[in-house]
Amino acid sequence: MSSVALQTPREAAAPHRVWDGLRRGALVPVLTLTAIILAVWYLACLPMNRDLPQLARVEGLANRYEAAWSLERPVLPAPHQIITELYASTIGTRLLRETADGLVLNPRNLLTHAWVTISATLAGFVIGVTLGIALAVAIVHVNALRRSLMPWIVASQSIPILAIAPIIIVALGSVGIVGLLPKAVISAYLSFFPVTIGMVKGLTSPDAMLLDLMRTYNASGTQTFVKLRWPAAMPLLFASLKVSISISLVGAIVGELPTGAQAGIGARLLSGSYYGQTVQIWSALVMAAILAALLVALITLAEKLTLKAMGARP
Amino acid sequence: MSAIMSSPSERKPTLSLAGSLAAGVAFAILALMLAHRGTSGPIVMTLALAAWACAWFTNVIWSRAQGLPPMLTRLAAVAVPLLFGLTLVFLWEVICVGLKVPTVLLPAPSLILSRLFASLPVLGADFVQTFVRAALPGWLIGSAAGFLVALACDRSDFLRRGLIPIGNFISALPIIGIAPILVMWFGFDWHSKAAMVVVMTFFPMLVNAVAGLAAAGRLERDLMHSYGASWLQTLMKLRLPAAMPFLFNALKINASLALIGAIVAEFFGTPTLGMGFRISTEVGRMSLDMVWATIVIAAIAGSAFFGALVLLEKRVTFWHPSNRG
Repeated sequence: MSSVALQTPREAAAPHRVWDGLRRGALVPVLTLTAIILAVWYLACLPMNRDLPQLARVEGLANRYEAAWSLERPVLPAPHQIITELYASTIGTRLLRETADGLVLNPRNLLTHAWVTISATLAGFVIGVTLGIALAVAIVHVNALRRSLMPWIVASQSIPILAIAPIIIVALGSVGIVGLLPKAVISAYLSFFPVTIGMVKGLTSPDAMLLDLMRTYNASGTQTFVKLRWPAAMPLLFASLKVSISISLVGAIVGELPTGAQAGIGARLLSGSYYGQTVQIWSALVMAAILAALLVALITLAEKLTLKAMGARP
Repeated sequence: MSAIMSSPSERKPTLSLAGSLAAGVAFAILALMLAHRGTSGPIVMTLALAAWACAWFTNVIWSRAQGLPPMLTRLAAVAVPLLFGLTLVFLWEVICVGLKVPTVLLPAPSLILSRLFASLPVLGADFVQTFVRAALPGWLIGSAAGFLVALACDRSDFLRRGLIPIGNFISALPIIGIAPILVMWFGFDWHSKAAMVVVMTFFPMLVNAVAGLAAAGRLERDLMHSYGASWLQTLMKLRLPAAMPFLFNALKINASLALIGAIVAEFFGTPTLGMGFRISTEVGRMSLDMVWATIVIAAIAGSAFFGALVLLEKRVTFWHPSNRG
């Protein structure tokens, strides 16, 4: 009895920690739900595809399912078809191709398109975040700007910004700017809002007592900013960055739609929808999901490292 | 009016406010007239800069609000941003007309407005197709479905632990990409757009509603328990009201998502009307004034939708600290 009492609660729980983690954690429920979704998906393949001519003459339920899972242009492809296509179009295809100009990225490889989209995403993200932070700093420090600009920034969130994507592409294209930059402009336009809103909140989060403390130290405006406001804004900055990077990816993909861009995830979606290549659409979608997850994971990693360096405890 | 004349010390900022506002308006009118008559760029630009400087000065005085009569100070919350917005539109107009910016690059606001009023019937039909038929029902169905699933999550902890990580993950995905698939499944008409909006609005509502249903305090819940209240009674009388700020947050996020979803889904195929269809075809024909007119309609609809939700939220969550001034 006494030996148990001397143990800290953490030590006492140690032998059961793995089991407890499984029971209370999210892993088992998430895996279960994912399995259920996949099962429903496989089952739905037959009803969704039943009107296709390839299935008209197939008899027997097992045979019909087997046929429904391996159609060439299904209404709903089976998950393994998407993974096969994803594999074939990334690892199964040569990434570099020899042309007269030397080695270029092979447009048949999905990774080429992913790279086109992600470079626009990152360029737009960097522009947007820089702009967003600069705006927030200006808004926090200039009173007239806060009164006049802030309501417009908030109101502009209720406007469907993605709808102006085609205009930006066409307008910039008419003055000879094509390729990566117009898409990056759309991404930047989308991604600066969350950063501005988050940073204004973050930079104004130090309360009156902390600001008074800085005043008793006789700190200048710059010092107050560098030593108090900026560090205090970090948690909110990273929360905004996560929203920004995913919305930036959406911006880049939508930016590839209106002019029928030749490359990028959005172009794959559009060409797949024109030619009825459903498996191609789905594999482009899965690629977009992987990109989004990777980008958010990168931000989360940067957040953990920064907050750790600043001495935050988990 | 008597407040303006009240004391000598208060008269000065009011006078300079009125002075700079009047000077700004005068400069602006002069710049606009000269620009539309075709006067050369530098003169118009100088006048425009003067007007802009006056407007900025007015805003600085007004937002500092020291020594101004209380009526003007109260007005500042509306007037300062309004003046700022008007200045932006004015600069846009003068730069476009004065420097003869090509219409393809950026049409002047006056051109956009005249096109807007000239093609109201077309724009009205587009609005009905995209907003009334696709965005609004999709928003309702998606939000309601998200809320119902959140209620199911509330009953089953297993479901909640499984669904919330999946919901958070899906919120980060470029979900708009499934638009071509939905167009393939539900056809070219508004059904596929409404489906797109349903998918886009489902997860924000689910995640917010689950957080909202957990928002009621332990003490209040124990109180309901001691009253012997059933799950439904606790829900209706305590937890749903406590969840309202979260629900409205989701409804507001979904309001802008709904319009975006409906418009972008139309880029993948529509019958010959709808805001997304109008934008993509008119861009192809290089008539950018029509595109901008459509966007003005979309912006007004989006802002009105959002504003209506804000008003409703103030009525419903009158008890919340952010609404008690």
